[in-house]
Amino acid sequence: MRKVYLDYSATTPLRREVYDVMVKALLEDNSNAASAHSYGQEGKITLQESRETIANFLGAEPREIYFTSGGTESDNWAVHIAKKTRKGKHMITTSIEHHAVLHTMEEAEKEGYEVTYLPVDENGLVTAKQVEEAIREDTILISIMYVNNEIGSINPIEEIGAVARKHGVLFHTDAVQALGNVEINLKESNIDMMSFSAHKIYGPKGIGGMFIRKNVRPYALIHGGAQERGYRGGTDNLPGIVGFAKACELAGANLQEHIERLTKLRDKLIKGILETIPHSKLNGHPTKRHPGNVNVSFKYIEGESILLMMDMQGVAASSGSACTSGSLDPSHVLMGIGLSHEIAHGSLRMTLGDMTSEEDVDYVLEVLPPIIQRLREMSPLYEEEMRKQNGNVQ
Amino acid sequence: MAMYNDRVMDHFMNPRNVGEIENADGVGEVGNIRCGDIMKIYIKVNDEEVIEDIKFKTFGCGSAVASSSMATELIKGKTVKEALQITNKDVLKELGGLPVIKVHCSVLAEQALKAAVLDYATKTGKHYPELDGFDPDEEHEH
Repeated sequence: MRKVYLDYSATTPLRREVYDVMVKALLEDNSNAASAHSYGQEGKITLQESRETIANFLGAEPREIYFTSGGTESDNWAVHIAKKTRKGKHMITTSIEHHAVLHTMEEAEKEGYEVTYLPVDENGLVTAKQVEEAIREDTILISIMYVNNEIGSINPIEEIGAVARKHGVLFHTDAVQALGNVEINLKESNIDMMSFSAHKIYGPKGIGGMFIRKNVRPYALIHGGAQERGYRGGTDNLPGIVGFAKACELAGANLQEHIERLTKLRDKLIKGILETIPHSKLNGHPTKRHPGNVNVSFKYIEGESILLMMDMQGVAASSGSACTSGSLDPSHVLMGIGLSHEIAHGSLRMTLGDMTSEEDVDYVLEVLPPIIQRLREMSPLYEEEMRKQNGNVQ
Repeated sequence: MAMYNDRVMDHFMNPRNVGEIENADGVGEVGNIRCGDIMKIYIKVNDEEVIEDIKFKTFGCGSAVASSSMATELIKGKTVKEALQITNKDVLKELGGLPVIKVHCSVLAEQALKAAVLDYATKTGKHYPELDGFDPDEEHEH
């Protein structure tokens, strides 16, 4: 049976080149980069080179790159920095952020902060105008995701950043899904802080980072040693860091090609689904969209059932249905863009990546329609709808 | 997917008794769209009060479909009285268990049968004390 992995937004497979440099680091790195002896000094050089590679990829300066354990830590850190270094009680975000931001904001609310959760439009986007209208005298942070992880919508980050800058408010963006999938040049940017992660760009898990613009004062979340200029304690994860740097180097080498190739595959898959499967709908913006993100809803059926049947055909995907989220309600993102429960439960997310071929897309377009039809024939909601339609004909 | 055992997957991929019964003697529907599972059961009952035929339609996850399928298998050929003794624990046992967060799906199957029998009882003027206090529209617990 053909195996098709379409869950790249959950995590990506490790590239061979990344694996090679990591293994080398694991075998040869018997140092602590903080040590004074020659072993430590070698580690320090590797660390510095890795930081430069990543900075280069992002158009940032090496000293603006801080290593963390990943996107979640970076998101937590951004809120922490705002709380510790700015005076005020108000923060702005959106209703469809990743939980790493949302739950951190909810914690801040318990401490007495006020948070504005901006609603998004039906495509999952916010506007700079919305952000500007929400800014108050005491606003200390605006945190808005670059690319949504579920529906792939790309926010007008630079416009929002310009508004933030105009009002002197710290601006953070969660760019975990954007990294390696949209062009980012931090030098020309209005972003003050940006979270990112290695395992979404064919690097290892457990390592990520945060860009903090040089004129922004950091404040440690993880206290300890003098690593990361004293702002993030803990022995440097050198194998992870060199792997991350390699992943960035590779992503930077063919970013345009990667985006164009994926966009073509994505649009073919979307078009094929919407044309062959009735009562299906695309979630998220049709063009302002992650190049590998396909999120569609199928009426009358439930997402986990779709995933199980696809899995039996060798296709790995994900869904925003309640059953898969482990909670009572479907995904907050799908509810946030105004979908009814019925449509949200029937969502399917397929995220494409560098190992996805056109044959994989053709295969999905071949196996998916019968799965949807089979589940609909089992569904009391479809039965009802068909009865209604037949009634209208008579 | 490793989240379900082989027996559950078999009942999900090859569900027994899927469909509708025209002129059914009882029809029951439970669940709601908000939670993402709706189960509908049709029964055909003969003069000896034996459930001769049973069909289901389910909107829901893998365990909801598998529970429906297993429940209909357990019920088919039983008298109404016997069928009302079947609980979600029987369904769970026959399926070889479900993940903890999915146990409510097996409750739904038990509720759907009760709703179908209630419909049958109402239509035929019969009374089953087992159904006293049962409300098919009651929100099921997760």
